Formats: sequence, structure tokens, C-alpha cells
Amino acid sequence: MTYFPEEVVEHIVDFLGSHGDRNAVSTVCKAWYQVDRLSRRSVFVGNCYAIRPERVVTRFPEMKSLTVKGKPHFADFNLVPYDWGGFAQPWIEAVARGCPGLEELRLKRMVVTDDDLELLARSFPNFKSLVLVSCEGFSSDGLAAIATYCRGLRELDLQENEVEDHGRQWLSCFPDSCTSLVSLNFACLKGEVNASALERLVARCPNLRSLKLNHSISVESLNKILARAPHLVDLGTGSFTIDNRSETYRRLINSFFKCKSLRSLSGFWDASPFCLQAVYPVCTNLTVLNLSYAPAIQSADLTKLIGLCFKLQKLWVLDCIGDKGLAVVASTCKELQELRVFPSDIYGAGITAVTEEGLVAISSGCPKLNSLLYFCYQMTNSALTTVAKNCPHFTRFRLCILEPEKPDPVTNQPLDEGFGAIVRSCKNLRRLSVSGLLTDQVFLYIGMYAERLEMLSIAFAGDSDKGMVYVLNGCKNLRKLEIRDCPFGDAALLKDVAKYETMRSLWMSSCDVTLGGCKALAAKMPRLNVEIINENDGTCESKENLSDLHKVEKMYFYRTVAGPRNDAPDFVWTL
Amino acid sequence: MEDHDNLKATELTLGLPGTDAIEKPTPAAPNVNKRSKEEECCGFTGSSGRPAAKAQVVGWPPVRSYRMNSFRERKTEKKEEDSTGIYVKVSMDGAPYLRKVDLGVYNSYEDLTEALDAMFKGFSLGKRITQRQAHDLHRVAEGGDESEHAITYEDKDGDWMLVGDVPWEMFVSSCKRLRIMKGCEARGLTSSP
Repeated sequence: MTYFPEEVVEHIVDFLGSHGDRNAVSTVCKAWYQVDRLSRRSVFVGNCYAIRPERVVTRFPEMKSLTVKGKPHFADFNLVPYDWGGFAQPWIEAVARGCPGLEELRLKRMVVTDDDLELLARSFPNFKSLVLVSCEGFSSDGLAAIATYCRGLRELDLQENEVEDHGRQWLSCFPDSCTSLVSLNFACLKGEVNASALERLVARCPNLRSLKLNHSISVESLNKILARAPHLVDLGTGSFTIDNRSETYRRLINSFFKCKSLRSLSGFWDASPFCLQAVYPVCTNLTVLNLSYAPAIQSADLTKLIGLCFKLQKLWVLDCIGDKGLAVVASTCKELQELRVFPSDIYGAGITAVTEEGLVAISSGCPKLNSLLYFCYQMTNSALTTVAKNCPHFTRFRLCILEPEKPDPVTNQPLDEGFGAIVRSCKNLRRLSVSGLLTDQVFLYIGMYAERLEMLSIAFAGDSDKGMVYVLNGCKNLRKLEIRDCPFGDAALLKDVAKYETMRSLWMSSCDVTLGGCKALAAKMPRLNVEIINENDGTCESKENLSDLHKVEKMYFYRTVAGPRNDAPDFVWTL
Repeated sequence: MEDHDNLKATELTLGLPGTDAIEKPTPAAPNVNKRSKEEECCGFTGSSGRPAAKAQVVGWPPVRSYRMNSFRERKTEKKEEDSTGIYVKVSMDGAPYLRKVDLGVYNSYEDLTEALDAMFKGFSLGKRITQRQAHDLHRVAEGGDESEHAITYEDKDGDWMLVGDVPWEMFVSSCKRLRIMKGCEARGLTSSP
């Protein structure tokens, strides 16, 4: 291969899709490193603090697409304080200076301000696609800047962000000359959106294929939009409420009849049962259905709808669908690959919604299932073993039994054997979350069998340090480990520190690691940033007074070549 | 204030006596993830002694805060929608039929009079009412303003009152029906005892 001229190597390398493969190519020799770096178009940074933005920009000057992730995953559940970090600003500034040809930016769990968005909008003349997932810090003003200055914008995808509403009619800022939109998702916005501006925008964008509306868009407006965009493939409905069987409702059914290309539906926040009937015409073609934000829809109506969706590949629902509802899914959706069942009654007194029965039914009816997120009231070892046998293709398996440390209700045993069956059977398992009553034994199984495992989430499990050591010793491909409320301490943490340079990050909260242990780790591993998040009443003078035996509330460490970060707030202590 | 405490003691809740439901922390609130709080809340042993309020463990169940917040908002919205509208009859002197308005829809006297104005188009209601200060009352009594009609209401006690004297919320809670009177009749209402 070294005899080939660079252009040929480049041509071959271009066929490599994954970042992992290209990273591997770049380590072969200097020549290949050069070929890769100059031809790399799409760059993925899994941890924004692992490397400085300037270095990325210098290494990949022809970068067209950049993905950056910020906060650790547990930030989704309020475990990471609000101003911990993950700022988009240095990234946008560096790329604006070094790669003005940037076309696509995807940020996840980062703090993005209106100034950042304005800089972005003004710096990249070829900018085409902005995707923000679980970000915060910006408002409708920032969106107005994007709409105003990004000529030729194709995609604006806002997923589950916390966006402040400053009342700015940002949607009206798209100029009349903007006709290039392919995908627009503003479902997470809480404020009002100018409906007529939206209708005009939709009318002048003939390539629009994905549109996800927010709560403020009425059914009347939806009708007008669907009339203008019958080629939509992916739709997030607005409020979807309607007072009575009126003209608007008839028009709605008519609109859906005309949407022959529709494959994906979501939204339905306030849908009343008979409104759902309007979408029956498109059910037979649906491959993606997200009803997880529709607590008003009861099981009977859910199953009537899903009973028509025999091409469904991805389904997100609330647990009010019940085990019986899941049985309908199992008998209808033979193509199902991904299922997520979310809890609907988080603050309630434990209304029994779905149990192991529903999951077993799904596993026997849907053999193609490879991705699961399942919140349930209880689980048994026998059920998990059956599921493992029926569905050996799981790549993502996340089970959350709502009550921590709950044993198998039939045998009163821990769920070690059940999860053991899952990891033994699913050879391609990349992501796993465990729950229920679990001893060190389950971690022995995970270490032994989960060879491809990349991400593991553990809560309220294990008996001793041995559990954590089994995992760290066994899972060769482990990249992210997050642990809360487990009896793992310094001995486990320090057993094999070299392992941590093969991983992206590790989170431990409410465990038994001490300050002394963390200090020892930091001393041994200079290329890890070991952060202690210490929120004790906001006082940081006590840092020096804390003894090494003090148990650390939250520790997060990650490998990095950037050294300790300079934007850490007071309550974050980098050892 | 003592009454409040007693009321709370006899209040029916789903939790064990002595446990109070703690509000879930919002994403912007720091200092809520204390270990001691968690230990208090979740003394899980796996076999017995399951606490009734399991939802108090921070970050559990692991549901994205975005999703939790949207459900919480929906719950409060639903509560507001569920409460039936405060419909009261509105009669106008000389009009052939009565109307009904939902007082819950309006936020102030101005909004209400604007709506009534629209409802009884053709009948001038005079100037918009705001909650009157004491010193304004004498003007109506003297018949000094240009209004041809006065808006009055029947309160819980069955008395006919002039609209605008009390704070809006108090008015909404005590109003049983509305009557738009001819101005000359209305003056009798405000004559001081």
C-alpha cells in the first residue's frame, strides 16, 4: 500500500465511513496520517474537553461537518450542576477562524448562547445544517440570527433543548429568498410561532421533507401546512386538539390522505382520541411513531392506531399502553427494531403499567428488535432469559425497573441470571443499562460475555469492589462507564488505572470512593482530568480542610490531551 | 396561621404520615444533590422497608429532565383546563335575550368590559371600567360621567353591586350574574348610606 500515490490512498480511505476506522488509518504511518487529515470531511469529538478546538481545526482544515458532545450523560437526570461547563463558544470561535467552509454543526449537551449562534450564522457562508440536542443557554433571539443570516440553510433541528422565549418572531426572519429548507424541527420551543410566517415558509420550500411543529401550532394551521407540503416524510404535529367534529377535522383527514410519503409521526401532545383517527390513512406506511409525549391517549386508542402500523420499525410510547397493548404491538409490528417505553406516572403511587409480560410478548413477536429502552414496574429472571433467547440481536438494551433494588417478584432473587442471559446471548451488545436487585455476580457475567460493550450504566447495584473490577477487567471495548449509588470504592477505582486511557470517561456518584483515592488516581494518570463536583453549600474554602478519607459525592474523569480545563466553575475541582 | 398548620395535619396525602412530598429540583437549581438527602430518602435494603415516596431520589427514574418538565407543565395545564368555566348570565336592560360569559377567560375589568361591549354591540356601555379608587365613586353618584349604562353584578349574598369596586379576583369569585343597567337606575346603587 505504501507504493500507491497519495491520491489512490485517499480514494480508498474515502470509502471508510466510520470515525473509528479513519482514526485507525491515521495511526498507520505519517503518510496515511496526512492523507486522512487533509481528506477528512466529518469530524466527531465525543468529549469537548478531550482536545482543544484549535488542535482539531488545525488538523482537519477541510472539515465540513463537526459533531461535539459536552456534558456527561447523567446531566440528563439533573445530576450535573447547571453551570458545570460544556461551552460551545470556544468551538464555534475556533472553527470560524480555521474552517470557514463548515457546512454542518451538531452539538449535544452543550451550553450554546445567542452570541454563539450569531457568530455561527455570520461566519460560515456555506452553512447548511444545525442540529442541537439537549442544549441550553440560547433563546429565540439566537434562532432569529440563524434564520436571518444562514443563506441556503437546509436543516435546523432542535431536539429537546431548553430554549428561552424572548417573544422574537424568529421564524419570520427567514427571508423570502430562503427556499432551501429540507428539515425544520422546533418542537421543543415553548413560545408562540407566527403561524402564517410558517405557512409561507413551507410553501416556498419545495424540498421540505421533515417538519416538527411545537405546541403553539393549531390544527387549522397544520391543515394549511399539510396542504402546502404533501411530500413530507416526517411530521411532528402541533397541539392536535380540536373541539368537535367540525370542518377542520374533515379537512385534517383529507390532508393526511394526501400525504402519501409520510413515514414518521410524532407530537400528539394534546390529542383527543378521535383526532387520532385522522392519521389512520398513513398508518400502513409508517416506519417511525413517537407517541411518548401524549399522556392523554389511553391504551385502547393507542392499540387501535398501532394495530394498523404493520411496517413500524421504531416505536416510542408511554407505559400506559400496558402489557396488553404491547401484545398488540407484538402481533402487528413484525419489522420492529427499536422500542422505547417511557413511564407516564413518575410522581404517582406506582400505578402498574407494564411488567415483564409486555417485554416477553414483544420479544416473541418482534425478532428483529435490536434496541430497547424499557421502564417497568417489575422484571423476572425467567422473562429476561426468554427475551435473550428470542432476541439475540440486541445492540442496545436498557432496562429500568422503577423501584431501585427490586428483586425478581416471583423468586425474590436478584436479577443477575436474567441479565447474564442477555449478555451471553447478545454478542453484539454495545450499550447496557441494568437495574433491580443485583449482586457482584451480574458484573462477573458482564465482564465475561459483553465483549463488544461500549457503554454501561449502573445504579443501586453490586455488593463490593469486585463488581466494578469484573467490568473493568472484562469489557475490552468499554468506552463510557457511569455508576451511581453503588458500594464501589478506592480499591476498585485504583485496581487497573491504565484501563482508563482506553476509555472516554467514567462517572461515579454516591459511591464509596474517597478524596484520597481520587488524588491517587490523578497522580498516577496525568492524562486524565479527574474532576470532583463539590456542591456543599457553595463554600469552596473547605477544599484544603477536607481529609483524604472524605467520601466524594460526584467524580467524573475523562482522558484528555488538553490538560485541565480553564472554564471550570468554583465547585468543580480538578485534581 | 395556626389554622393552616392544623389543616395540613389532617390533609389526605398518599405518603406515609410524617413524610412530605419534596418538590423535584429544576435543572437550574444547584445544591440539591446532597448525599445525606438521598440516604434519608432511599434507605433501600432490597428486602423490606420500601419508602412510599420513591420518586424523591434525585435523578431517578432516569428520565430526561426535558421530558419530566414537559409532563409537569402538562399536568398543571390540565388542572387549569379541567376546572369548569365560570359562566354567568349577562342581562342588558332593553335587550331581548340574555347572554353568558366565562369570567375565567378574562384577566381584568378592562377585558371584561371590552368583551361585553362587543357582545352587546350597538349599546354603548360608556367608558371602560377599572377598579375604582374611592375618590372616583362620588363621580358616579353625582351622575357626572357620560356613561349611559352601568355594569352591575349579583354577589353571593344576593346583593346587587356595582362592578369595579373590589379586586378582579374577588369579583370573579363572588359574581353570580351580571346586569347592565341604564345609567339613571345605576346611580341609586352608589348613594352613600
